Amino acid sequence: MKRRDWLKTVCAAGGASLAARGLRAEEAAAPEPLTDRVGVLVDTTKCLGCRMCEFACARANELPEPEQQIDRSVRRDTTPDQWTVVNRYETERGAVYRKQQCMHCVQPACASACLTRAMYRTPDGAVTWREGKCMGCRYCMVSCPFDVPKFEYDSPVPKIQKCQLCWSRLQEGERPACVSNCPAGALKFGKRRELLDEARDRIYHEPDKYVHEIYGEHEVGGTSWLYLSAVPFEQLGLPTHLGETPFPVYTREFLYAVPLVLTLAPPFLLALNRASRAREVAEEEGEGGEA
Amino acid sequence: MTMQLVDGARPNLWDEARRFGGFLLRELKPKGKLLTPFNVITGGIILLSAVLLTIRFAKGLGSITNLSQDYPWGLWIGFDVITGVAFAGGAYVIVFMVYILGQEKYHPIVRVTVLNGFLAYVFYAGALLLDLGRPWNVVNPVIGNSFGVSSVLFLVAWHFLLYMLAQFVEFSPAVAEWAGWQRVRKVLGAMTLGAVIFGITLSMLHQSGLGALYLMAKEKVHPLWYSEFIPVLFLVSSIFAGLSLVIFEGSITHKVFHHRVGRRLAATHHDIVRGLARICAATMFVYLFAQILVFVHGQRWQYLGSGWGWWYLLEMVGFVAVPAALFLCGYRNGCLPVIRGAALMTLIGIVLNRLNVSVIGFKWYAEVRYVPTWMEIVVTLGVISAELWVFRWVINRMPVLDFDMSESSHAPEGAERAGVIAA
Repeated sequence: MKRRDWLKTVCAAGGASLAARGLRAEEAAAPEPLTDRVGVLVDTTKCLGCRMCEFACARANELPEPEQQIDRSVRRDTTPDQWTVVNRYETERGAVYRKQQCMHCVQPACASACLTRAMYRTPDGAVTWREGKCMGCRYCMVSCPFDVPKFEYDSPVPKIQKCQLCWSRLQEGERPACVSNCPAGALKFGKRRELLDEARDRIYHEPDKYVHEIYGEHEVGGTSWLYLSAVPFEQLGLPTHLGETPFPVYTREFLYAVPLVLTLAPPFLLALNRASRAREVAEEEGEGGEA
Repeated sequence: MTMQLVDGARPNLWDEARRFGGFLLRELKPKGKLLTPFNVITGGIILLSAVLLTIRFAKGLGSITNLSQDYPWGLWIGFDVITGVAFAGGAYVIVFMVYILGQEKYHPIVRVTVLNGFLAYVFYAGALLLDLGRPWNVVNPVIGNSFGVSSVLFLVAWHFLLYMLAQFVEFSPAVAEWAGWQRVRKVLGAMTLGAVIFGITLSMLHQSGLGALYLMAKEKVHPLWYSEFIPVLFLVSSIFAGLSLVIFEGSITHKVFHHRVGRRLAATHHDIVRGLARICAATMFVYLFAQILVFVHGQRWQYLGSGWGWWYLLEMVGFVAVPAALFLCGYRNGCLPVIRGAALMTLIGIVLNRLNVSVIGFKWYAEVRYVPTWMEIVVTLGVISAELWVFRWVINRMPVLDFDMSESSHAPEGAERAGVIAA
């Protein structure tokens, strides 16, 4: 009987360690070479606020056409129906327009949060959503530092909606729709590394025109969308308190601990069980048996 | 193996199936009066919940909830799942004490606690399905076509699932005894220790995992509640949360199901509650100490001046420190009402803590705050009502509050002794 118990517990522990093998934490958090990622550089000093990108985005992604007339004083957020919006910000240098959409983080919190890998970062850096996998738990929304993923609360078959960096267009060798349709040249598509060089170049040549930082170079471990600005970024409504740590890193230690606990706790518990049982038996023998 | 045993026990499996079918039909019939105030109220809530859920599945989550793009998780996750699972923590603590540490004193409450834990997982973690936008895809991370192994939620989901299985195995001897399957019961009883060890391990991980879910919501949870130690705090607090629920549930169960309580449990109940109060007090002081460390480490003094600071102090002092002291006091004096009061306060404190992390302190800066609709509250009450119905059904039929402890897998050497006490 004893040996059978023992075997069963060993089996349980074995099963636990098997499960542990599947639970490796590092995948989404591992930094990868940044050379081949694509991205978009937004030069907010060039943006006219014409909203052509909004309309191009809607057309390319078969979303309802954005409203023609909008109240510019109202700060708009992206919605399930509108993956990008351009807002006007009153800054120390007058009105500045900023396009807003998914930042396509280098190490996306949403993708590491997704338990079905529906939120998925493609090898070239676009963070996309796959309908057939998503269970609608909305943990990506909880995790995203920029609050980008949007959920269709009014649909019985809801989707997570957000900018996909025109992933299908990229496959065909095209640029994202918003970039192709920007009349002001405020958006530039390219390899992320080259865009960073380009941005530094612009700052170097016109040091008075720009603040000497590129938003997205280091924020949350780097994003594929990069911003140049004439005014401090917080005046453009960009969160500047997020730090430079990639968000998946915050859960890494916990996830590392999981296989450890799964393999070490069962033998420890079993040993404790044996010890307490041995003590009980010894006590009973010491008392000479009460039964 | 099970099949063989059943076969061996009764030559004709078909006869046995027919016998059990009839038995089950008889057992499914309600016992006692139908139109009691409790039945009418909870029945009404369940019916209303069913109507609301029909609307929810036909028209989407927005039709009956106040969830928004800013608040993707509301009452159903924050209370039903995150708080409910903390309350279910009593099961792993009690089986740890009985089967691992060999504290026979707590053996009489093992079954009721495990049953409570199991049902809590089935119903409250099951309530997760109501909240999922695309519940038909819930099998994806289970059947293996898309393992999001880097997700804390993946881990929590798997551990919920496996732990429910472990708890069912832990409880299954009671089912086998009820159904009259002697040999099956023996096999299941022998599996208890394995299930217990596996279950405790899983519990430690997903109790802390529920806290770890919020690690990535770094900028969204109020700094008085966010820290990198949330998983540890969730784990430690689940110990006294679970035990407080055991005490609270016990005080109700002993009144309502008086006729089902065994002689041994009736005799030792007082002693058990006192022991639990001591453990609660000890773990609560550990928790308080950990909270103070986190408070100092996180340099949280600056937040104390605000309204949030007072809210935080109310939770920590009013619903942790005070009940901890009451538990200690109740344990010293052997005063059950004090202990029950402390348990109730602790439960409120846990609700506050879990909601402060998941709902109240979440996006504390948002202009439009989330407040649940009455419909979300009704569905939550409906889930609780349904659980109570099943709990009552099981308690009234299966040997839960009164059972023979001699055949437990634990300490076969001590079987005779336990048998004498139980007889």
